Amino acid sequence: MLEFTQQIVNGLSLGAIYALIALGYTMVYGIIKLINFAHGDIMMVGAFVGYFSLTLLGTNIFVAMIAAMVTCAVFGVLIEKIAYRPLRNATRIAALITAIGVSLFLEYITIFLLGPSQKVFPESAFPIKAYAVGGLSILNKDVFVFVLAVALMLILQYIIKWTKTGKAMRAVSLDREAAVLMGISVDKTISITFAIGSALAAAAGVMLGIYYNTINPLMGIIPGLKAFVAAVLGGIGIIPGAMVGGFVMGLLETMVSGYGNSLYRDAVAFGVLIFILLIKPSGIFGEDTGEKV
Amino acid sequence: MRIGKKVALLVVMLFVFSIAAGCGGGGGATQTGEKSGDAINVGLNVELSGGVASYGSNARDGAILAIEEINKAGGVLGKQINPIVRDCKSIADEAMSISAALIGEKIVAQIGPLTSGDVAGSTPVMMENKVPLIAPAATAANVTVDDKTGETRDYIFRVCFIDPFQGTLMAQFASDNLNAKNAVIYCDNSSDYGKGLAEYFEKTFTENGGTILAQEGFVKDDRDFRAALTKIKGLNPDFIYVPGYYQEVAPLIKQARELGITAPIGGCDGWDSPDMVSVAGNDALNKTYFTNHYSSQDKDPQVVEFVEAFKAKYNKEPDAFAALGYDSVQIMVQGLKDAGEADPVKLTEALANIKDFAGITGKMSIDDQHNPVKAGVILEFKDGKQVMNTRIQP
Repeated sequence: MLEFTQQIVNGLSLGAIYALIALGYTMVYGIIKLINFAHGDIMMVGAFVGYFSLTLLGTNIFVAMIAAMVTCAVFGVLIEKIAYRPLRNATRIAALITAIGVSLFLEYITIFLLGPSQKVFPESAFPIKAYAVGGLSILNKDVFVFVLAVALMLILQYIIKWTKTGKAMRAVSLDREAAVLMGISVDKTISITFAIGSALAAAAGVMLGIYYNTINPLMGIIPGLKAFVAAVLGGIGIIPGAMVGGFVMGLLETMVSGYGNSLYRDAVAFGVLIFILLIKPSGIFGEDTGEKV
Repeated sequence: MRIGKKVALLVVMLFVFSIAAGCGGGGGATQTGEKSGDAINVGLNVELSGGVASYGSNARDGAILAIEEINKAGGVLGKQINPIVRDCKSIADEAMSISAALIGEKIVAQIGPLTSGDVAGSTPVMMENKVPLIAPAATAANVTVDDKTGETRDYIFRVCFIDPFQGTLMAQFASDNLNAKNAVIYCDNSSDYGKGLAEYFEKTFTENGGTILAQEGFVKDDRDFRAALTKIKGLNPDFIYVPGYYQEVAPLIKQARELGITAPIGGCDGWDSPDMVSVAGNDALNKTYFTNHYSSQDKDPQVVEFVEAFKAKYNKEPDAFAALGYDSVQIMVQGLKDAGEADPVKLTEALANIKDFAGITGKMSIDDQHNPVKAGVILEFKDGKQVMNTRIQP
């Protein structure tokens, strides 16, 4: 029983990381219907900005996280301007392929500039403390990542549901032409969407650095894919869905490793993606709207 | 007149071709080294970037030191050795194309790459062109022997012991020195290296009367190991065997200790990297052991001399890869002396017959599967320092 509870703790903290990445993924998709495959790589850039802020500038972890979020927000806006905006009225597949291009560009430009080897995230930035709760081992970083993921989700939900910018985002999402007619600046709204999404990715990146204390230029690929599965699982475009999808994925992987065989973990994770696409493509929280003909 | 022009053209062309052919022949002469007093080219095809960059750069440093020492002492066969260093980026395909390029530069032998996978990439090119490859640290059994036919690969040699020996060695150590009655294997399943070691560990450990409680696996680039580790904690084993590379093993050990696993953890030479300490931390690494080819703390005079020379040149402690890189060059030089000329095929014959060569990593003889018969050491992490625990003779 103790072991089972420990596995739940493991699963929730892994899930919180997936959820954190999935939030940005799902938000960008929700507003402009683009699967931003570069999301995991923006996360990587965020992790490196955090790393250099900690090591070169000697800032504390919160300043590093904010620096990473601001830098990546600017980055996200630039990427949107350069790579996605010219293709806004092209087919969705063209935008998707461009996203993959941006992803590869970010990975290999980082390798070119910083070298391919891993960097060790300074541990002093976030000293690890272990709490033994009735035989369970809970680390302060587990609690931190969980709280951060939930807090960012709530903030995001607030922005989208209750602010003027959020209203503009939803309007653009619903009908771009009509939004323009209502006096909403589509360019500005999409820029803000990318800024927020990239800032979320950066927060996840720094968190990943703290969590696994190594970072490298290709670190965004696998977590990015897993978070994508989480977003689809919860219903892509739906903020609470990303959260739930992340936790389901984390728990599922942990249970497969813990009670099945660790070798089938990734197969199960991506099997879930195929399964959900076959059974309920709109995801757990999605509504079956049906395509209008 | 016209015919005369054509004939003249033909003669000129013949002349040009014969010069070109002559050049080709000249190149061949440099290779065999009989007519020309040029340097002997040696290719260093090593991992200077990518996942195992620290192995490759240290092996290169060791090899370059050996080459400089030899050149300073007058070279070999009256010639200087000219190293050609190339980065294979820890990618097997890259290792292959670099081998092809090096052979184009008339190398007499290739040193490297370091990992078994990268050597396997380079092997077909070396075999086809009949140029010997000396692998400093490729420990998989099938590097020098073809799995399917069971035949020895003629042009592939190594100066390190093979996987079976590392797995066997750690199993022996676990049951004799640590008195472990049961063990869990948690291995890198994405590499032949991890799987091969696990297999032989299991064989020897069960032969010694121990029980394997479970076998778990991880893959390259995994960063979260807690699920399987929690399961292992529940089994409460005497010993955990983790054959893999430092990139995954360091966070794995860190997470194991964070979960409260106190059992001793054992591994292999893939652990040998400064990143182990910086990622896992001093405390987590206490009670962890790994097999290796050599220890810089060895009091053998030859080792002491090498360590001092290495420190003087690079201002750092030589690790096993540096020592193996050094030995790779030295054994090649021994082969060249035995062969009497710098010819790849003759060098190959000489290498296959080397007996009792005294290297930094121990006295070695090349057996008929092109593996050296030699000793190994068990190293232990104590407060972030590698300490030699014991030496085991085969």
